[in-house]
Amino acid sequence: MALLTLTDLSVRFATNDAEVRAVTDVNLTVNAGDTLGIVGESGSGKSQLSFAIMGLLARNGRASGSVMFDGQQILNAPVKVLNRIRAEQIAMIFQDPMTSLNPYMRVADQMAEVLTLHKGMGKREAVAESVRMLDAVKIPDAKSRIRLYPHEFSGGMRQRVMIAMALLCRPKLLIADEPTTALDVTVQAQIMALLSDLQRDFGMAMILITHDLGVVAGSCERVAVMYGGRIRETGPVRPIFAEATHPYTQGLLDAIPRVDQEDEELRAIPGQPPNMSNPPPGCAFQPRCPYAREGCDSIDPPLEIFAPDRARACHAPVAEVLARRTTRHPDTDQPAAHPAAHPGAVADSAIPRGAVAGAGAAGTPTEGQP
Amino acid sequence: MFAFVLRRLAVAIPTLLLLIVFSFVLMHLAPGGPFTGERALPPQVLANLEAQYGLNDPLWLQIWNYLVSVVVHFDFGPSFVYPDRTVNQLIANGFPVTLTYGGLSFLAAVIFGVSLGVVAAIWHNSWVDYLAVGISIGAQVLPNFVMAPLLVLVFTLWYRLLPGGGWSFSDPSFWVMPVIALATSYMASIARITRSSMLEVLGSNHIRTARAKGMPEHRVIIRHALKPAMLPVISYLGPVFVSMITGSVVIDIYFSTGGIGKAFVDSALNRDYAVMMGVTILVGALTILFNLLVDVLYAWIDPKIRY
Amino acid sequence: MVIDQQKMQSLSDRLVTDEVRGRSPWADARRRFWRNRAAMLGLTILVLVVLFALLGGQFAQWSGEELDFSVMGQVAQMGQPSIANGHYFGTDNLGRDLYARVVQGTQISLMVGIVGAGIAVIVGTLYGATAGYVGGRTDQIMMRAVDILMSIPYMFVLILLLVMFGRSMSMLFLGIGLISWLDMSRIVRGQTLSLKNREFIEAARATGVSSFRIIIRHIVPNLLGVVAVYATLLVPLMILTESFISFLGLGVQEPLTSWGALISEGAGTMNYGTLWQLAFPLFFFVITLFGFFFVGDGLRDALDPKER
Repeated sequence: MALLTLTDLSVRFATNDAEVRAVTDVNLTVNAGDTLGIVGESGSGKSQLSFAIMGLLARNGRASGSVMFDGQQILNAPVKVLNRIRAEQIAMIFQDPMTSLNPYMRVADQMAEVLTLHKGMGKREAVAESVRMLDAVKIPDAKSRIRLYPHEFSGGMRQRVMIAMALLCRPKLLIADEPTTALDVTVQAQIMALLSDLQRDFGMAMILITHDLGVVAGSCERVAVMYGGRIRETGPVRPIFAEATHPYTQGLLDAIPRVDQEDEELRAIPGQPPNMSNPPPGCAFQPRCPYAREGCDSIDPPLEIFAPDRARACHAPVAEVLARRTTRHPDTDQPAAHPAAHPGAVADSAIPRGAVAGAGAAGTPTEGQP
Repeated sequence: MFAFVLRRLAVAIPTLLLLIVFSFVLMHLAPGGPFTGERALPPQVLANLEAQYGLNDPLWLQIWNYLVSVVVHFDFGPSFVYPDRTVNQLIANGFPVTLTYGGLSFLAAVIFGVSLGVVAAIWHNSWVDYLAVGISIGAQVLPNFVMAPLLVLVFTLWYRLLPGGGWSFSDPSFWVMPVIALATSYMASIARITRSSMLEVLGSNHIRTARAKGMPEHRVIIRHALKPAMLPVISYLGPVFVSMITGSVVIDIYFSTGGIGKAFVDSALNRDYAVMMGVTILVGALTILFNLLVDVLYAWIDPKIRY
Repeated sequence: MVIDQQKMQSLSDRLVTDEVRGRSPWADARRRFWRNRAAMLGLTILVLVVLFALLGGQFAQWSGEELDFSVMGQVAQMGQPSIANGHYFGTDNLGRDLYARVVQGTQISLMVGIVGAGIAVIVGTLYGATAGYVGGRTDQIMMRAVDILMSIPYMFVLILLLVMFGRSMSMLFLGIGLISWLDMSRIVRGQTLSLKNREFIEAARATGVSSFRIIIRHIVPNLLGVVAVYATLLVPLMILTESFISFLGLGVQEPLTSWGALISEGAGTMNYGTLWQLAFPLFFFVITLFGFFFVGDGLRDALDPKER
């Protein structure tokens, strides 16, 4: 049985200017012990998705749909129910270890309170257990450093403290929201290795949220690619990396700098992510999509299973995307943010300008992920 | 911590000495000197007076003498207008009164202001919040000199519940209106600052972490949110203290409470420079001391401030 | 009665970020400001009060200085507000026309408020920008001086000054303005500091743009937002300060008057049943303060929007 099942999960934010649709109709399952990667640019809704699972949305956020954890509905559940699941069953690591630890409390107090709260331990016992956990995340001299304040740790060490804090109750599911984004590259690798080891040792499931496909490749079994609040492609890691069937996934893969191919220049996906307070009526990726065709700007493609265990949301046929036959070259300066503000903009961009030149610019197919 | 306090003192003490010197020089610069009031004195009397008060000495000597007398002996000298009374006596008469209602006002403003602000932030966009915002906007335009007459109008002239002025240490009904008049606008400001700072903190990342730990909301607020939310309030306490002492002048005048504010205004109207300087220096010393306490409190809460 | 320094800091940070991104905060801000109902109400009030101060005198039947002998001695009965005898707001305790005096009080209080805030803003901006731009030891000394000045009970010193050097309007302007520039200078310094080391300023410097031009083209436009908000919020504080001093009888001198002096007179004669003498000046005082606070808060929220 699946440990976590999301059904039609949507998140809306009421702001002064408009309603922002951060997440729309997300369906996902995570099995016990599995690792799921959720990939997307900033603003794709991946962090809000994880906050919605934990019931941690900001005040003006509303989640709808269903989140079943261990057979129990936890979306919009009473706080009392949620508080027994948070940290004990589902723990979370946040993006920015600088601000996510309480700067006014000693690490010992911040960690021990989790254990006194959920396990009913005494203060002394809880601190001792916290020290053991800090040892487990390889913080040297944990016994004395636990008495320090967060600002007295380096960035990588702080993230280790976060991880240790999340693992204190041995949760069944760990949600890691961009755990390495704020860190140096060398530290990133260490933290990812640590997370993998710990996940194996503790036998827990993990949702790894990141914008870095390289991180996903190294540590996940399944991956879901999000764009504009929706899942665009999902499936096991290997096939997705080998033959991405969604234009956005392809764009993400192309944007990874490669050292093994000399002639490769670094390609960014042209354009801007959509403004979700004013989402385009059709596919959110259409303004930036090289395979865009008639209908893309008016009908949002549904997520459809096209192969065992694989699904994609795109109007372009699988074969065409795999063959990298571009319909048009996307306008590089196309502001995807305000399609409705300029009704002409959408129509203009649908005209395949430079369709021939675009085929060459799309580059060689990337295969054989290292 | 000790070194921190010491360093702060190293700034505070010269500040205080500067204030003393500054007010003394100011007095010296005043056109006409202290004894040229409305009553013209015979030249001989004037000369005697000036000799008696040491006004013929060179300026630096006068400053030095004054400094020594104030700092070492805590003696502000005799009043210029009532030579039989010393400034110390005038201050000693008024200070306990000011301290009583001032201290109560300060406590009231902080306690009610912080509570109102915290409650408003927790129940953001509820009726409590609207009430708190309404009160704090309304009280912005009700400074002590507006509150005082309004309170007297309602509680003394209309309902005859409270005495309209005077002071008694044994009868708290004399205290009520001075405390309310002095505290209201600061309570509102503190509530406003607490509310916005609490809202800011409640939306911050480390509070999200605390919630993710499965803590009940009241524990999140007490253990994690209150301390950081108090920092802006604490740095506002210094200005509140100064404004309250200033406001006590109005209270003393309007309610005839007989605090040091009364002595100050009387001396200002009589050009009794000795008393004015005495009060100014005393208030300055209290302010500096209070700011020192606030700094220490701030450093104690915020571990990022290195002593 | 306080300018929330935390919010001012947040505004200042926001404007620096906008400048760095090469974005003008003003276009959006204007739209947000016009949509802010409280700010619009405040603006309307202020326009009406200013019109009252400028044109109100035209409609006065009496000058504020002549005594109406027909009401003298029985002000409580005869001096009530009435259209018939031309005392729209009644008379004061001496039989002078309160309408004319409120017009004059409004003129003086507004003038003191605006001039005082102007002085505070100019001094604070120049001082803060200088300290921030010059930097180094000069900056340290200048800001330490601000620290020291902050712990001086300025109202007492101001009263000391007023008593010693005579109570004149110019002394009042100067004194009130000179005690309020300290916070302003801190914020301006902070903003200057965070701007001057940004890449685009260094680039400008490297390509030989003069310091003066850098300050004019990059630093000052940024300060504009903070200065505008600060000035708007300072005016009511200046009016409060002036009223406080006048309430104590140490400010504006007869025959001139101000809201504080009128409130003081009205409060003194409440017992005699002449409540209008308190009500009219208090009304103008209160709505004007509201107006300035609403406009100032509206400006700040327009420039630094947050979900609150």
